[in-house]
Amino acid sequence: MYNFEFVKPSSIDEAVAALGEDEAQALGGGQTLIPTLKQRLARPARLVSLSGIAEMKGVGAEGGVLTIGGGTSHATVAAEAAGSYPALAALAGNIGDPAVRNRGTIGGSLANNDPSACYPAAALGSGATIVTNAREIAADDFFKGMFTTALEEGEIITAVRFPVPQAANYQKFEQPASRFALVGVFVARGGDGVRVAVTGASEEGVFRWSEAEAALASDFSTGAIEGLSVPADGMIADLHGSKAYRAHLVGVLTRRAVSAAS
Amino acid sequence: MPKDSGIGASDKRREDVRFLTGTGNYTDDINMAGQAYVHFLRSDVAHGRINGIDTAAAEAMPGVVRIFTGADFEAVGGIPCGWQVTDRHGNPMQEPRHPVLAHGKVRHVGDPIAAVVAETLAQARDAAEAIKLDIEDLPAVVDMKAALEDGAPKVHDDLTSNLCYDWGFVEDNKDAVDQAIRSAAHVTTLDLVNNRLIANPMEPRVAIGAFDRASGESTLYTTSQNPHVIRLLMGAFVLGIPEHKLRVVSPDVGGGFGSKIFHYAEEAFCTFAAKAINRPVKWTATRSEAFMSDAHGRDHVTRIELALDGDNNFTAIRTETLANMGAYLSTFAPSVPTYLHGTLMAGCYKTPNIYVNVKAVFTNTVPVDAYRGAGRPEASYQLERVIDKAARELGVDPIALRRQNFITEFPYATPVAVEYDTGDYNATMDTLEKIADFGGFAARRAASEKAGKLRGLGINCYIEACGIAPSSLVGQLGARAGLYESATVRVNATGGLVVMTGSHSHGQGHETTFPQVIAEMIGIDAGMVEIVHGDTSKVPMGLGTYGSRSLAVGGSAMVRATEKIIAKAKKIAAHLMEASDADIELKDGAFSVAGTDKSVAWGDVCLAAYVPHNYPLEELEPGLEETAFYDPSNFTYPAGAYACEVEVDPETGQVTIERFCAADDFGNVVNPMIVDGQVHGGIGQGIGQALLEACAYDEDGQLLSASYMDYAMPRAGDVPFYKVDHSSSTPCTHNPLGVKGCGEAGAIGSPPAVVNAVIDALQSGGSKVTHIDMPLSPSRVWAAMQA
Ligand SMILES: Cc1cc2nc3c(=O)[nH]c(=O)nc-3n(C[C@H](O)[C@H](O)[C@H](O)COP(=O)(O)OP(=O)(O)OC[C@H]3O[C@@H](n4cnc5c(N)ncnc54)[C@H](O)[C@@H]3O)c2cc1C
Repeated sequence: MYNFEFVKPSSIDEAVAALGEDEAQALGGGQTLIPTLKQRLARPARLVSLSGIAEMKGVGAEGGVLTIGGGTSHATVAAEAAGSYPALAALAGNIGDPAVRNRGTIGGSLANNDPSACYPAAALGSGATIVTNAREIAADDFFKGMFTTALEEGEIITAVRFPVPQAANYQKFEQPASRFALVGVFVARGGDGVRVAVTGASEEGVFRWSEAEAALASDFSTGAIEGLSVPADGMIADLHGSKAYRAHLVGVLTRRAVSAAS
Repeated sequence: MPKDSGIGASDKRREDVRFLTGTGNYTDDINMAGQAYVHFLRSDVAHGRINGIDTAAAEAMPGVVRIFTGADFEAVGGIPCGWQVTDRHGNPMQEPRHPVLAHGKVRHVGDPIAAVVAETLAQARDAAEAIKLDIEDLPAVVDMKAALEDGAPKVHDDLTSNLCYDWGFVEDNKDAVDQAIRSAAHVTTLDLVNNRLIANPMEPRVAIGAFDRASGESTLYTTSQNPHVIRLLMGAFVLGIPEHKLRVVSPDVGGGFGSKIFHYAEEAFCTFAAKAINRPVKWTATRSEAFMSDAHGRDHVTRIELALDGDNNFTAIRTETLANMGAYLSTFAPSVPTYLHGTLMAGCYKTPNIYVNVKAVFTNTVPVDAYRGAGRPEASYQLERVIDKAARELGVDPIALRRQNFITEFPYATPVAVEYDTGDYNATMDTLEKIADFGGFAARRAASEKAGKLRGLGINCYIEACGIAPSSLVGQLGARAGLYESATVRVNATGGLVVMTGSHSHGQGHETTFPQVIAEMIGIDAGMVEIVHGDTSKVPMGLGTYGSRSLAVGGSAMVRATEKIIAKAKKIAAHLMEASDADIELKDGAFSVAGTDKSVAWGDVCLAAYVPHNYPLEELEPGLEETAFYDPSNFTYPAGAYACEVEVDPETGQVTIERFCAADDFGNVVNPMIVDGQVHGGIGQGIGQALLEACAYDEDGQLLSASYMDYAMPRAGDVPFYKVDHSSSTPCTHNPLGVKGCGEAGAIGSPPAVVNAVIDALQSGGSKVTHIDMPLSPSRVWAAMQA
C-alpha cells in the first residue's frame, strides 16, 4: 500500500466535494479496493470513505420498487430484502463469505463491474435504475464492458432501484477458487416481459441473452429454451473453463433459473 | 476398551490451548530490538539475463539501510541440495548453482534479484520500486517435454542440457520387465499427470537473522520443520558459520506439509545481512510471495504399463516419468521422484518384475520438492489408477483383482529394493468393506440417478514408506545427511521430565502424544512430561519432522533414552531399598523389590539422584539425564484401503464427494484422536489435489494460479464427514513402539480413490472416458464427457 489521505464525510454532498480533489477515489466496503491497494496496483492520493453516509444506507420497498442505498452491505440486503425480493436477497447472501458480505456494498460492486460479480446480473436482469449524485441511469445503459461503467469521474452510486418482478431466480455456478460466478444467470419475469442477464461468461461483461428472453416471454418454461444456446465466441476462457464450457453453462443455468422461478 | 491415559488414550491436544487462544509464539511474533526489514525484489519474468541492476536512486530513498544484489553473495556458497542421485549410467545428476540472490540470470518468476533492507517494510518496498533493472528477456522453458528437446533454451547455461538425471530403477530389472510385458496376456497402459501443487500452509514463511558481535554468534529464527538441518546446510554450505556459532530456532510453526523442510535463500539472506549491517533483519512472506517462492509439489508426467497373465496375476510394471525440478534443485528435490517414488511402485502387490524410469527436468518454474507424501502419492496414484483401468478392461471386480494380487507373506522383498516388514492388506480391505457399506451402494446409486446424478465408487489400496530412514541405506542412495533422530530426557529432582527432541511439531500434536509414551513407560501422569523442540541450542542434533517419521524415529529415540533413565533409576532404587537391581520392578510410578512389600516412589528416586546424600556415588554418577540417538533399521510401511463415493452432475461436470471411508494400518496407535485428525487432514488435502488444486503456468512461465482467486484450496464444504478406522493393525516389527506413522497416509490414499470413483460414475452413465487428469474440475469433467 502507498500512503494516502483518508476522509470520511457524513453526507453525499461532502463526499462529492471531496471526490472533486485530484486523485481522490471513493471507498465503499473496500473488499475490492483494499486488496488492490495492498498489491500496490492503485495509488489514490485520498480515499473518500462512503461508509459514514447514513443517507446511502438501507433497504426500502414502496409501490413495487425496492430501493437500496448505494452504501448498503450485502449482508443487509440479504436480511432486509428477503421478504420483498427473495431472489435478490439470496444473491446477496451468497456473495463471498460473511466478512465480505458485512463490508462489501452494492454501490461498490456495481461501480466495479467485475465480469464475474453477481450484482450486475441482478441489476441488469431486474431492469434496475442506478441512481447517482448527478442522475439516474438505466441498467441497460450502465454496464459498458468488463470493469467499465457509465459513471463519470467522481460520480457516486447513491441508490439502486429495483422494480420487483413477479418471479425471479439467480443461479450461480461458482468458480472453484474465488467462488465468484464462473457463470451466473439472473432470470426475472415482470410486467414488461422476461429478462435474462448473464454474468461471468462474456468478455464484454454482464449481458442480456435476448434470444432466451424472447422465447421465455411467450412461454415461461424450460421447454421454451431447450436447445437454445449462446455462441462460444466471445466467452471468457481461463484456467477454470473454456469458452465452450461457459457457453454451455449459460444454457444449463438459465433453464435452472427458469425452473426455480416458475 | 479405549484407555484413558498413556499409550492408546485420546488425550486432548495440550498445545491447542495456546493455538486456539492466540497465544502461540510464531516467528512473525518475534521482534528484536533494532530490527530492520527486508523486501525482496523478485523477477517478474521467467527467464532473463541480468544486464544491470541500478540501485543508486533506491539507496537514496528514506529509511534504506542497505541494498544487496547477487554480487554481494559471490563469495559465499549457493543454496545446497541434500541429495545426489546417480543416473542409469552411473553418473551423478547435473547440479546447478543456486545463488542466494539471482546472479547473471533470473530463472523463474519470483526469483529474488535484489534485497532492500530498510527501517520499515514500507520504506523497503518503496525503495525496491526505485531499483532500475535491465533484464533481457530470454525464451522460457515450461513444458518438460519441450525442455528436453534438442536446442531447447537452457535454464542453466553451464549445464549440458535441462536434464538433471535419467534414472532407472532397478536397472537390472529392465530386460526382464520388457520381456514380461512382451509376453503378457494383457497390458493396460495409462498416461497421466500428477498435478503440480502449492502447499499453502496457513502461516507463510518468515525469517529473522540476528548477529551478536560480542559472542560472534548468529541466530536465525525461521519457520522450519527441521532447524538442525537448516543449521547444517546454511552454516556449512552457504555461509561458512561453524555450528557452535550458529543457532537456529523454529518456534511455533503454522503448518508445513513439506514446504518448510527445505533451506531457502531468504533464511541465508537474513542471517548474512544481519551480520553485514549488525542489526537483526526480518522477512515475512506475503501470501503472494509464498505462491512464487515456496517449493511446489508433485508435477509428474507419467506413462505406466501393467502386464497381467491369463489368470489376471500382475506380471510386470513399467513406468516412465518426467519429474519437474523447477529452476533450481531444492533441498530434497532429487530424492522425491526417485527413492521416495520408485521404491513404492510395487504397492501392495506381488508383481515380480518392476522397472521405473524417471527423467528429472529443469524448467523456468519455482523449484519443486517434497509435499505431503512426497513421491509416494505419485506412485500410489499411477498404480491404483492403472489397476482400476485394467479391471475395467478385463471386466473384473476391482476389489477382487486387488485381493488376488495382494502380498500376503511377510517380510516381503519387493523388486524395487525395499522389504516390507509386516502388513495385512486383506484385513484393511475387510475393515473397509465393513465401514463403507458396499452392499448399500446399488441403492445409493439408484437414488442419485433418480435425482439426475451419476454416482461412482472408487477404491484405492495404498502403501507408503515412512519412518525415514535407515542412515546407511539412504547414504548409499545419495542422501547427504543421516536420518536418525535424537532425544534427551531430563528428569528433574522433583520427578518431572523435560524431553528435548529433534522432531519438530508444526501441528502434529507432539506435545501431547510424546508425553503419553513416556508416562506409560514410567507409570506417571502425562502432565509431568514437557516437550522441548525447535531450538538447536536446546536440543541435541536432530533431523526434524517429515516423512511421517516423528513417532517412528523420534519416538523411538525417546523410548531408548527413557529406557536408559529407567535402568539408572532402578539402580538408585535398589540402593535405597538395599536390594539388587535385577529385582527392581517399575510399575505405576513406584519401584518395588520383587516378592517383597518394599517400595520407593518415582519422585524419591529422582530426588536421590540430585540430592545424593544416600547414593552409590562410587558406582553411579548423580543426576538423571540421558540422551539416545535412534537410527531405524528399515522404513515402516503403513498401508490401507480407501473408498470414495462421488456424485457427478452430468449437466455441469460438478463432482461432489458423498462418502469417504479410510481403513488404515498404522501399527500401534498412541493417540487415536490425533491419528484421526491426521487422516482427516490428509484426505482433505488429497481431495484438494484430486478435485481443486492446480498450479498452472502459461507458456511464458507466468504463474497463472498466483493467488487464492485462481488456486482453489479445499474448504470445509468440499469434503464429507469421513469414516476412518485404524483397528486392523500389524505393528511395525523393528521399532520399539511398533508404530508406523500416519501423517501422509490420507494425502496418499485419497486422490486415486476420488478419480477412480469419478470414472466409475461417468462410465455408469454410458461415457467411455477412461481417464481425466487432476484436478477433476467441473470444466474438465464436462469436457471429458463431451469427447
Ligand atoms: C473473498 C471475496 C469474495 C468475493 N466474492 C464475490 C462474489 O461471489 N460475488 C460478487 O459479486 N462479488 C464478490 N466479491 C466482491 C465484493 O462483492 C465487493 O464487495 C464488491 O465487488 C466491491 O464492493 P465494495 O463496497 O467492497 O467496494 P470497494 O472495494 O470499496 O470499491 C470498489 C470500486 O468501486 C468504487 N466505489 C465504491 N463504492 C462506490 C459507490 N457507492 N459509487 C461509486 N463508486 C464506488 C471504488 O472507488 C472502487 O473503484 C468478493 C470479494 C472478496 C474479497
